[in-house]
Formats: sequence, C-alpha cells, structure tokens
Amino acid sequence: MSEAVLERVHEDVHKTQPWNNPDAVPYIRFENVTKKFGDFYAVDDVSLDIYRHELFALLGGSGCGKTTLLRMLAGFEEPTSGKIYIDGVDMAGVPAYERPTNMMFQSYALFPHMSVEQNVAFGLVQDGVSRSEIKELVADMLDLVQMTKFAKRKPHQLSGGQRQRVALARSLIKRPKVLLLDEPLGALDKKLREQTQFELVNIQEKVGTTFVMVTHDQEEAMTMASRIAVMNEGVINQIGTPFELYEYPNSRYTANFLGQVNLIEGVLVDDDEKYAVIKSEEAGCDIYIDHAVQGHQGMTFWAALRPERLRITKEAPADAKYNCVSGKVEEIGYLGGISTYHVRLESGKRIKVTEPNSTRQIEPRYTWEDTVWVSWEAGAASVLNK
Amino acid sequence: MSSDKLSLKQKFDRWMIKHGRVLVIGIPYFWLFLFFLVPFLIVLKISFSMAEYAQPPYTSLFEWIDEGITITLNFGNYLFLLSDSLYATAYLNSIRIAAISTIITLLIGYPMAYGIARAQGSMRSVLLMLVILPFWTSFLIRVYAWIGILDREGLINAFLLWAGIISEPLIMRQTEFAVYVGIVYTYLPFMILPLYSTLEKMDVSLVEAALDLGCKPWQAFAKITLPLSMPGILAGSLLVFIPAVGEFVIPELLGGPNTLMIGRTLWNEFFANRDWPIASAVAIAMLLFLVVPIMWFQHIQTKQEEGQQ
Repeated sequence: MSEAVLERVHEDVHKTQPWNNPDAVPYIRFENVTKKFGDFYAVDDVSLDIYRHELFALLGGSGCGKTTLLRMLAGFEEPTSGKIYIDGVDMAGVPAYERPTNMMFQSYALFPHMSVEQNVAFGLVQDGVSRSEIKELVADMLDLVQMTKFAKRKPHQLSGGQRQRVALARSLIKRPKVLLLDEPLGALDKKLREQTQFELVNIQEKVGTTFVMVTHDQEEAMTMASRIAVMNEGVINQIGTPFELYEYPNSRYTANFLGQVNLIEGVLVDDDEKYAVIKSEEAGCDIYIDHAVQGHQGMTFWAALRPERLRITKEAPADAKYNCVSGKVEEIGYLGGISTYHVRLESGKRIKVTEPNSTRQIEPRYTWEDTVWVSWEAGAASVLNK
Repeated sequence: MSSDKLSLKQKFDRWMIKHGRVLVIGIPYFWLFLFFLVPFLIVLKISFSMAEYAQPPYTSLFEWIDEGITITLNFGNYLFLLSDSLYATAYLNSIRIAAISTIITLLIGYPMAYGIARAQGSMRSVLLMLVILPFWTSFLIRVYAWIGILDREGLINAFLLWAGIISEPLIMRQTEFAVYVGIVYTYLPFMILPLYSTLEKMDVSLVEAALDLGCKPWQAFAKITLPLSMPGILAGSLLVFIPAVGEFVIPELLGGPNTLMIGRTLWNEFFANRDWPIASAVAIAMLLFLVVPIMWFQHIQTKQEEGQQ
C-alpha cells in the first residue's frame, strides 16, 4: 500500500474510532472520579474518556456503580472527589438544570398531568423558546419517533413502547450535547426491545448526539454501543468495542459477563515466543495456545473458551495430543437453530458446547450419556490471569 | 350433584358466594341508615315545627284531624335565620375562620408532609408516629393545655415576663388568634396524612426529569410536585375545613365572647334557649353549606381517578 492510501485508512480509523487516535480530544472526561455513600464506594477512582458521536455503554450488574456514574454526569449526584468535564467544561457545582445533558429515565418519568405534546415541549417552554418555534420542533421530534398520532394523549393512555418514544423525544428536543439513557429498553418486552435497539441507533446516527447509556443487558450493549465499559464494584474492568471485549477479554469477569464462556484453570508449563502450553487438571489435557503468554512458568492461568468455538465429535480427533478432552453428555438443549450440550469431563468439570444445526438431521446427533470428544483450535482460547 | 345432597355447610357456602357481596356492602349501609339518615330526618322534621313549652319542646308536623292527616310545615325557622343577622354573621364567621385555618394548616402541613415523604425509611415511620401521637391523648385535654399556654398567667406570658421582653402580659386567650391556634393545632394531622400519602407515592424521578429539562428547583416544584399533589391538598383541606366550620369546643374554650361561630350558636339555641326547631334549622342550613364542597370534591376525585386509569 502506498503512503497516501495508508494515511487515508488512518484518517478513516481516526474518524470512526477516535479512541484509537492519540490526538483526539475526548468530549466527556471522568478524572479519578470517586463517589461514596457513607462508607460505601459506589464509584471508585474511575477515569474514562468518551468521544463525540459515540454511543457509549456502561455495562454491569446491579450495584456496580454504572447508574451513579450516569447520575453524576447528569448532575443529580456530585462526585466525592475527582473531576468531570463535558466538552472541556468542568462540571463541578453546575446544577442539573444548567448542564448540556438530558436524561432518559428508566421509568421514563413522563409527567402524568401533561399530554405527549406538552411533555415533549417541556424543556423548550422552560427555556422560553417562542411558541411557533416550539410547535415546529415538537412536530418534527414527534415525527422522528413516530408518535405524531398520539400527540394529544396522556402518558397513561400509551403502551410501554410508546412511552419510551415520548421519553426519548422529550430528552432529545433540547439538542443536548450528551444524551444519557438509563436502561433505555429495560421496561420493554423482548421482541419490542430488539426492534427498538436498532431504531435507537438509527436515531442516534440521525441526530448525531453523543449517547451514554447504562444497561445490565450485554446483548443490548453489544448491539448498540460503539464502545462498552464493563463495570464491577465501582471500578471499570475493561473498556473496548464489543468485538474487543468478546474476543479479547482481560479478565474472567469480562469474559463471563459478555456472552458465555468455559473457564478452565491450569498452570503454564511451557512458553515460547510463538506458543504456550498450559497444563490443566481441570480439563484433563494440555492446552496449546498459538501465541506467547505474558507470565512465567508455574503461574496459574485460565483459558477462556467460548461454547461456539468448541467442536463436539463422537470419535477422538486424529492428532489428539492437545486441546482435546472426552466426557459424557449430561444435558442437551435443542433450540432449533443451534443445540447446546453440557459435557461432564472426568475431572468433574462441566463444559458447555454450542453447535449450529446447519444440516437437517433425521434424529438428534447426540443423546444423554453418550461419550463424546470436545476439541478446539489452538487460537480459540483467550488466556487470562485474573 | 343435586342440591339436597349438600351438607349444611356447603349450602351456606354457596349461599354466601351468591349473596355475600350484598351482605358485606349491606352492613355499612344499614349502619349509615340507622345512625345517620334517620337522625337527619328527625332533625329535618323538627326544623319545620314550632317551639312550644312541652315535652318534646316542639309541635308535631302530623295531626289527625277529621279522619285525615294534616301536615303543618313551618318555614318560619328558616325565614328567621334569614331575618336575624346574627345567624348570617355566625355562618360567615365560621366559614372565614375555617378557611383561614385551612390555609394556615396547609402552609404548615405541606412542608411537613413533604419532609416526611422524602425522609429515610426508618426515620419516616418515626416522624409519622409523631404526627399521630397527639391522638393518643384526649382532644379536650389538649385544648385545655392550650389554655394553660395562652392564658394571662400562662406559660408564654410567664416566659416573656421573666425574660423581660414584655412588661404587661399579652392577651392571647379569648381572642380569635387563640381559636386559630387551637384549630390549626388540632387539625394539622388531618392535613399532613393525606398530603403525605400523595407525596410519598410520587416518583422522585419526575422532579429530576424537570430539573434535567431546565427547571430550577422551585420551578420543578410549581410545575410538577404541586399539581401532582393536588388530590392530597384537596383531601386535606376538606378534612380540615368541614369539621372546622362546625367546631364548637375550640371557640368555646379558647375564643372570646366575640368569636361567634355556628357551633356555638347551635349550642345556645339548643341548651340556653331550648328552641329546638330553630337549632335544627341552623344545623340543616350548615349541612347544606358543607354538602356543596363535599360533592364538588367527590366530583374532582372521580375525575382524577378516571384520569389515572
């Protein structure tokens, strides 16, 4: 590739992935932010950069501090220590009503005594925008979220999905620099949630606002977010694109939180510049890794194996020195498109394998108590040390 | 299975399933009929009779004359209420005092109810307990206690004299001021409790949403909290206003000879003048005065409930 082409590729990457551009200026910046409630550290020394036009997700279980982080951005909580900047401005002491953020609440928090129209117009009325302009902006916004027909209704006359749209419209109408979404799809049923995920991403692309979203649903985060921060006990565990987090988790916590994983404990017995071998009593075989591992021999590691990267066979594979264990099928889940198998190894460890049912079968391939072999490629496992 | 094979208990159970609803609803209706509607009709009847020195002290409405019933309705009592300005003054005074007391109670009760509703879990029950606590002592004793506080030789005067702030005791008892103190003090819990229950149910994130959309805290209160707590304000206000209009004990014990309220007028007609018909007319007129706001309140409430569904 010529230099010019390379440069263009770089420019492109820097535009779509500002986090990979060392010169990019973050739009939102958390600097060593800590929030204590009494003796409890809800958020513990978090530093985080979010860039313009991102759809950033804070992902974690309940009580991990993700909502507190969002509420500090909105101005409902003040950090105990540390600084928060939005577009370069220090937010310390700036009250919620003066921040360039708007929030979509988990409960939607629609004003029950106002119509859809009045709810959406609320922020503009508050800012003293002229009546004709409000009318126009509200009409546009209701059109964007496809709620024009319901403008005169009261919130209690709407379905869950419709309320969600109104809440979105209300929080977007002031064109905030940052839109904060607290479990935006949490109150919707599964089908509606999937449909709304894509709509929300489309709307984000249309309006170009920076979205920061809190969710406990890894699927939601992965479908929607440009980057995800996985949080646990007030600390950010890992930040990355959905791809990075799934393929290169940095810890057992992240590996477990995003998707399903088999974690197999073992000891590093052989390492080289090009490969590593982990001896695992839990697996009952040696695990061969096709890249170098940072660590010394004798250290404990975990091989993280995704169920869909495992092969299940009746016969032992031909060269069965590494990455191949036998066990008994203990449970079968037939989901139509895929099947999941729980295989009990001799060590007592249970391994989950998923296999696509890509061809039509006359009868199920495996049944309970079948002895099977589970094997994987040298590149399938990610090696974790914490 | 045919019904005669059923045990007595089964028969009873089936009968209860069929008619139990009517029975359960019937009991309170019967109670209200017996102890509210019947006495009310008796009072209504008396209000159309004339006073006389007899036992009972009024003429009867129905007379058996010449094999026919003659009904004598005497509207004189009502006309008398209109002609003597004493009654109009008493009514207006009652309504004025009750209205002002209601507003003061609301102004004191709202922040208290708000504070309780936003307090932490365990603190909240303690605060609610403190609001209800005075009910555990007799109302009369509490009013007497206020005499002890407001009297010429009462606690306040004693303290102010001792502190040298005043040289002459203040006259507080037997004034309208004392009546306000008494009514506000007595009825405050009736204002706080309904307000608390509406404010407590209100989603805090509504206020946060208002702040988020650019409202300063007082604007969020005026635009969100206040309108949404209207049912509580109405309920509390009526619970204070209605009994305050007919209040007798507080003006009698704390008020002066000039604080003319309808409850006292009623008492005088019955016990001092022994004019039962006039007293009954006074009572009926007061009831009519109060029925209007109650009906209006009911109307608003049904509308509110419809709105929330």
